[in-house]
Amino acid sequence: MFFSWDLLAEAVMFGVLLGSFYAAVSIGLSVSFGLLDVPNVAHPAVMVFGSYCTFVLAGWGLDPILAGLVLMVPFFVLGVLIYRFYYEAFEKRGTDAAVRGLAFFFGVAFIIEVGLILAFGVDQRLVQAEYIGSSLALGDYRIPYRMLVAFGVALLLTFSLSLYLSRSYIGRAIKAVAQDEPALRLMAADPVRIKQWAFGIATGVSALAGAMLIVVGPVEPALDRAYIGRTFCVVVLAGLGSMTGTLAAGLILGIAEQIVLIFFGASWAPAVAFGLLLVVLGIRPQGLFGR
Amino acid sequence: MAALLRISGVSKHFGGFTALDGVSLEVAQGERFGLIGPNGSGKTTLINCISGALRNESGSIVFDGEELSRLPAYKRTRKGVARSFQIPRPFRSMSVLENLLVAFEYVGHLKDAQSEGLAREILRGMGLADKAAASTTQLSQVELRKLELARAMAARPKLLISDEAMAGLSGAEVDEVLKILFGLNEQGITIIMIEHIMQAVMRFSQRVVCLDAGRIIAEGTPQAIVQNSDVQRAYLGA
Amino acid sequence: MRAHGIYWIAVAVLFAAALGAALAPVNEYFFYAAFVVLQFVVLATAWNILGGYAGYVNFGTGAFFAIGAYTATVLFKWLGAPLAVQIAAGAAMSGLLGFGVGLLTLRLRGIFFAIATVAVTFICETLMINWRYVGGATGLQLERPPVLEPFETYTRMLFVVMALLALGAVSIARYVQVSWIGRGLRAIRDTEEAAEASGVPTLRLKLFACTLSGALMGAAGAPMPMYLSFIEPASSFSLNYSINALAMPMIGGTAHWIGPVVGALLLASTQQIVTVTISNELNVMVVGVLLVLFVVLAPDGIVGLFKRWLRSSA
Repeated sequence: MFFSWDLLAEAVMFGVLLGSFYAAVSIGLSVSFGLLDVPNVAHPAVMVFGSYCTFVLAGWGLDPILAGLVLMVPFFVLGVLIYRFYYEAFEKRGTDAAVRGLAFFFGVAFIIEVGLILAFGVDQRLVQAEYIGSSLALGDYRIPYRMLVAFGVALLLTFSLSLYLSRSYIGRAIKAVAQDEPALRLMAADPVRIKQWAFGIATGVSALAGAMLIVVGPVEPALDRAYIGRTFCVVVLAGLGSMTGTLAAGLILGIAEQIVLIFFGASWAPAVAFGLLLVVLGIRPQGLFGR
Repeated sequence: MAALLRISGVSKHFGGFTALDGVSLEVAQGERFGLIGPNGSGKTTLINCISGALRNESGSIVFDGEELSRLPAYKRTRKGVARSFQIPRPFRSMSVLENLLVAFEYVGHLKDAQSEGLAREILRGMGLADKAAASTTQLSQVELRKLELARAMAARPKLLISDEAMAGLSGAEVDEVLKILFGLNEQGITIIMIEHIMQAVMRFSQRVVCLDAGRIIAEGTPQAIVQNSDVQRAYLGA
Repeated sequence: MRAHGIYWIAVAVLFAAALGAALAPVNEYFFYAAFVVLQFVVLATAWNILGGYAGYVNFGTGAFFAIGAYTATVLFKWLGAPLAVQIAAGAAMSGLLGFGVGLLTLRLRGIFFAIATVAVTFICETLMINWRYVGGATGLQLERPPVLEPFETYTRMLFVVMALLALGAVSIARYVQVSWIGRGLRAIRDTEEAAEASGVPTLRLKLFACTLSGALMGAAGAPMPMYLSFIEPASSFSLNYSINALAMPMIGGTAHWIGPVVGALLLASTQQIVTVTISNELNVMVVGVLLVLFVVLAPDGIVGLFKRWLRSSA
């Protein structure tokens, strides 16, 4: 291990870029698990599925980020359907549903992963675009453009979703459902429709996250496992239900991961998210900004 | 009469929200104690702090001479504090009888052979004797409430906390449950009743305390409480 | 008490049959396949002690399995330890791992425990990949010691050992289920808060189930290096173990000890037969699809369906 301030600065800088990306990737989970309490362990798998869809669309000439935006609509519908199914099959039925719900999503994640292997093979896939391959020179550092693009999209996504949840009628209804469902029912709003909509949004956002994922680097079917660690780490560290916390937590994870990567090597980096998650669960399970 | 339960300065926060703010009260041995207050005043939070489902952040809870605040809930049950749940939570995979056997096993350390008879007796007292072998999913609402009380009784408590056992029940059903609670009190069990149904609280309690926004705003006999202006304001106004 | 008698007679008969088969001129391939099937009986049974009885879902069976295998490897390489010691040590290490993960997360909601098991799988795999002594990412070749009398081949001996482990694991699960521990676990699974209010020491029981479950998984993994004469992280920590250990009890039925056995025997045997004919991925995909189907349509598993069929025809 060789320490230098330059390396540290590089770690922090890339950590911020990557961290914002992790935050954007985790926002969908923040909504579906943090707010709606759906044990959606299949979230990263759906996102990777989004990456592969982006790959296919990009193969037809579409810009990957654009593809991601386009995919948001069918993924929104997919999210609505998944939640509806989950609600009918599990949430309505009561307490035993917790185990079955978890097993269900685990099964779904698994099916997606294996399905992707069957369809695309285990090799890594990547996309081409103008901003992929070249870097921005900033003093002594070279920042790949694709990271900047992902960073920009991530910030935009995080802020617009936070704004949506706090300003729009539906957004506030979603937050209300998370806090006090019976009260919402009394106000003649249908909690199931609201949750459905929210889950749809969370899944739609996953499509864009998937597009960013394949822009940032090559993807493979097993990638969802690394991202289970990253997304749950961010969501738990932020505190369930906290949108602003998601960005802060993402940055912390990004920086921590880069520091380990640069000073300890690539073979340890994937375990950082999981390690940090275990530490948070052990010391402060409600996270930084949790209820 | 000696104080069985002494609560001093108990506080509990959820994030920025103060659920309990320095609550202090005493319940005497063998007393019938009523706890009232509008929705969200902290009644169930207080009960959860006493039973151990939640930990109070400050203050002390002394039961039968022992400090409870550090103990996990199951130990408090073994010391003699039992509670029923506002929304009935029976053990769904077990029969009605087996629901009681759990407490007999884990609190009383009795084997089934010894505890079955005792459990049936409790069920008989509640009018549930013929449902002993039934699945809990077959019970009516009032039967579920009685099962909650029966399960609490299976722990052979010194103090029984009944959390809104009568909510949503008909007049006749309220009378049924009230009769059961009176009967338990006659056996020497101290009872704290949380209720919204005023006539039940008034008939049952020897002393009543009213909570509002996490603080005690009135304490006294049922008649005094009903006429208390602060209590009336808490329920009707603001 | 009659039921106990019948059970133990069945156990004795099954063990005698296994021993007999191992000494008879049966096709060698049978033992290769049967070893794997029995291994899954142990894994499924172990999973069910925590997942089925207590309701806490473990996504990371692979970790406990692999730690058992790697512990056995270390002891074998370092001390030349005999198989029995390897298995005991593997069980101990995985039990310790189960205790640790449990201590950290069983206080929290079920999903956090589940995610923690994924974390543990990832972290342990990363650790083994970076550990040169056990071969790192490329793995380690191992030379089997000479086989003990009266077995002809090492595989036959391993088959009998695994049969013993399977019978042992099922017997332990059966004991837990019918004992006072089982009732407490069921209360926890039904309504944890009410269980605590009924005097059940929920954390202690959960920790016990988690430790026991981990230990049995470690015991199942310990003979693996000897079975393959080889160990490497990718296959040891394979998601295959995690999904199967979860799917088999959920498909077989989680309430009774026979559920995981039924699920394991059916699924593992089918996979052994089918692996030869169709691709491994498709094979494993079927498990995932069956899991989802059963979880949604037949939550009580095959055993549950069977009970319902019995009741309706009575």
